Amino acid sequence: MLPEKKSHDLERRAHRRRGIDRWFGRLGMVLTITTLGILAVLLLNLAMNGLARIDWQFLTSFPSRRPAEAGILSAWVGTLLLMIVTASVAIPFGIAAGIYLEEYAPKNKWTDLIEINIANLAGVPSILYGLMALGLFVYYFRFGQSILSGGLALACLVLPIVIVATRESLRSIPATIREAAFALGATRWQAVWHHLLPYSTGGIATGVILAMSRAIGESAPLITIGALTFIAFLPPPAVISHPPFLSFEWLFSPFSALPIQMFNWVSRPGEEFQANAAAAGLVLMVITLSMNGAAILIRRRAQRNIHW
Amino acid sequence: MSTVPTSASAHRSVPSPASAEAVGNPAGFSEPAPTKVSVRNLNFFYGTHQVLRSVSLDIPAYQVTALIGPSGCGKTTLLRCLNRMHDLYPGNRYEGTVKLQPGDTDILGPGMDPIQVRMRCGMVFQKPNPFPKSIYENVAYGLRLQGMNRRRELDERVEKALREAALWEEVKSRLHQLAHNLSGGQQQRLCIARAIATDPDVVLFDEPTSALDPIATSKIEELIVELKKRVTVIIVTHNLQQAGRISDMTAFMYLGELIEFGDTNRGFTNPAKPQTEDYISGRFG
Amino acid sequence: MAIAITAPTRRMDKAVEALMVWILRIGGWASVLVTFGIIITLVTESAPFFAKVPVIRLVKDTMWTPLFSEPQYGIGALLAGTLVTTLVALAVAVPLGTILAIYLSEFAPARFRETVKPMLELLSAVPTVVYGYFALLALTPLLQKIYPDLPQFSMLSAGLIMGIMIVPYVTSLGEDSMRSVPMLLREGAYALGDGKLGVAVRVVFPGAFSGLAAAYVLAISRAVGETMIVAIAAGLQPRMTINPLESAATVTAFIVQVSLGDLPHGSIGYQSIFVAGAMLFLLTLGFNLAGHGLRKKFHRAS
Repeated sequence: MLPEKKSHDLERRAHRRRGIDRWFGRLGMVLTITTLGILAVLLLNLAMNGLARIDWQFLTSFPSRRPAEAGILSAWVGTLLLMIVTASVAIPFGIAAGIYLEEYAPKNKWTDLIEINIANLAGVPSILYGLMALGLFVYYFRFGQSILSGGLALACLVLPIVIVATRESLRSIPATIREAAFALGATRWQAVWHHLLPYSTGGIATGVILAMSRAIGESAPLITIGALTFIAFLPPPAVISHPPFLSFEWLFSPFSALPIQMFNWVSRPGEEFQANAAAAGLVLMVITLSMNGAAILIRRRAQRNIHW
Repeated sequence: MSTVPTSASAHRSVPSPASAEAVGNPAGFSEPAPTKVSVRNLNFFYGTHQVLRSVSLDIPAYQVTALIGPSGCGKTTLLRCLNRMHDLYPGNRYEGTVKLQPGDTDILGPGMDPIQVRMRCGMVFQKPNPFPKSIYENVAYGLRLQGMNRRRELDERVEKALREAALWEEVKSRLHQLAHNLSGGQQQRLCIARAIATDPDVVLFDEPTSALDPIATSKIEELIVELKKRVTVIIVTHNLQQAGRISDMTAFMYLGELIEFGDTNRGFTNPAKPQTEDYISGRFG
Repeated sequence: MAIAITAPTRRMDKAVEALMVWILRIGGWASVLVTFGIIITLVTESAPFFAKVPVIRLVKDTMWTPLFSEPQYGIGALLAGTLVTTLVALAVAVPLGTILAIYLSEFAPARFRETVKPMLELLSAVPTVVYGYFALLALTPLLQKIYPDLPQFSMLSAGLIMGIMIVPYVTSLGEDSMRSVPMLLREGAYALGDGKLGVAVRVVFPGAFSGLAAAYVLAISRAVGETMIVAIAAGLQPRMTINPLESAATVTAFIVQVSLGDLPHGSIGYQSIFVAGAMLFLLTLGFNLAGHGLRKKFHRAS
């Protein structure tokens, strides 16, 4: 202690410091609860305005000029079909890219380029994926304003999420496990297939779920490629009654999607359309929250099971 | 090659049941042991940095050879040359030859498949690293890699390996439980079982007991002495007493060079090189 | 003697290995293909625009009305909208996010932190249309009670909600950076008698600065690229103003507005959205690279 300072002066300073700490601690707690509270308020607002609208009729009707008769049938079917396309593309490519970058790629400037590229893609605004899809898929490849174009746009959008999740899971496996496999004579692919992938399924599953949750909630890319908001029909079915029993016509069909439908209703004046929007929003929130919740649970369980 | 002094002035007698049993002559060798691995002029480079300098030695079959030396002397590097582990990481380069008998196979040869090398030379690591699978699957993995997939054959070989690793009695009733539930010493014995299941020619041990308590350590040392009846053992250790306890031959390395290589007893009681004597007597570590 | 490994098995293993390397390599380059796709599309579809319209007009003109019979090409109007909404969002997200990051990293008990962090991430998982709905139909009426002259569409309302959405970006990255500042540095300050907040501000915050800067930069990038919240709540009319209490269109909202209408391939409207997109891409690319560079610098330093 500095001799010039009287002990009670120092005591006062220490006391003040403790006081500031306590005050900040309380502030932090309050702000945290408030911020999380906004999420709760959001949900509550949606529920208050829209819960009443959700019934069997709402879930199985097409949109209509009369709000009371409108429903989200074409919207959720569209979302479902979009997700099939998105998942079929993003998951295999994303996991393959993650494995390649983490286990195979040499450390050179090409690999650096790929990594910077992925970091950039993760931050590219979603609407730009829509613009790319418009120029490339809709017009250049002539897929048209279809589920295929939309699904591919979303797949490109969420690809980085899957890649990063795969890489981080693989990275968390200690090098000594790899060496044990190699020391027994495994090829690199055998080590990946027999050991590394099985041990990282938790992390990869989490990443995939989060990616799909993101894709379900995106509307900007779909608006850009021309997802229509007034679709009073369903795309052609995939399973048909005559050989070859499988049809891909639905891929080229125009479509709507849940967030698109909500956007359309939000933009219309009138309490009844707003109630519809709230109902659609509630459905979206339930889907999003359950997927994110599932991802969190899977991540927790994976962390608990495997100890390194 | 080895530098064994002809004048014998034993400073202290070190009991060595190991070499006596192996060659049947307490005073030294009367017949040369067959060579399992012959290393000639091995240089190893990590990038431009040379880690091993012109190392040459003949490792005898069915004996325990210890590699000792201070940190950074290259003993682990040398060990990992023998099963081409360095190939897994970029920037490494070998020079020289390492011939494996029988078959006079050059491990470092240009056409040599590192994977086949690893199937003939097993490895046990410093920290036990069982796979997060069942005990059975851990031991069976190497067998499956080599194409064995019939249930009965696998069962037999797994049991044989676990017996040879002195682990069978402790785990026979829980073969399908996760390996992680075993204690550290048991996990290391499991890793040994895993390595010997495929009947390799050589088993390489990289400081296998440095992470274990004294009781587990002595169990594994007993195991290694038993193992040499069936395989050639090369062990890196920084524990001089351990080298003295279990090895027949000892190689002392310093700064990437092989300083001295010979019978363990002679090397410890009457080292030929001053550096060896300094290291053994603890003048540097 | 080792089990005789049959030659065909080894050959098959090697073939599988070679095949898999190729397949995986394709996956790795897929992401590069996506970037190429974006860049090529933006360039080829906006090029015809620049053939007709001199670039100087993008700067000189005061309004953005490319679809009018007497078109104006002042992109500044759109950029103003993006700027103001971004600034409002940052005014919320940076202070709030940083305080939360400090609190979670230095003050909160571990269990609280582990429970709260995933919940905060949920904030950034909410679909943006839902946020837009909230901004337009819940927040704006609330703000209008305080300031009755607030128009139905305003950059303030959209910006505030965007700020809330961005908080997890700042908090998550910021808290990670702060927690990786080694305990040893903190102990030096504690040992001299400093308190928690003092240590946080004087030792941890500077120590984690590049990580925090990366978080801020990435938050900016996210705000600049946001589409639905501003399209729904901030308005779709480009207006050259910096007053957050007015409505204005952002670069992203413009693209939405035009896309909602009829867009014949190759028309001036079609080209104009790609021009806007190209501008957006350049802006966010700059921020993303800066953020990535800052994050790497932080990892090297720590």
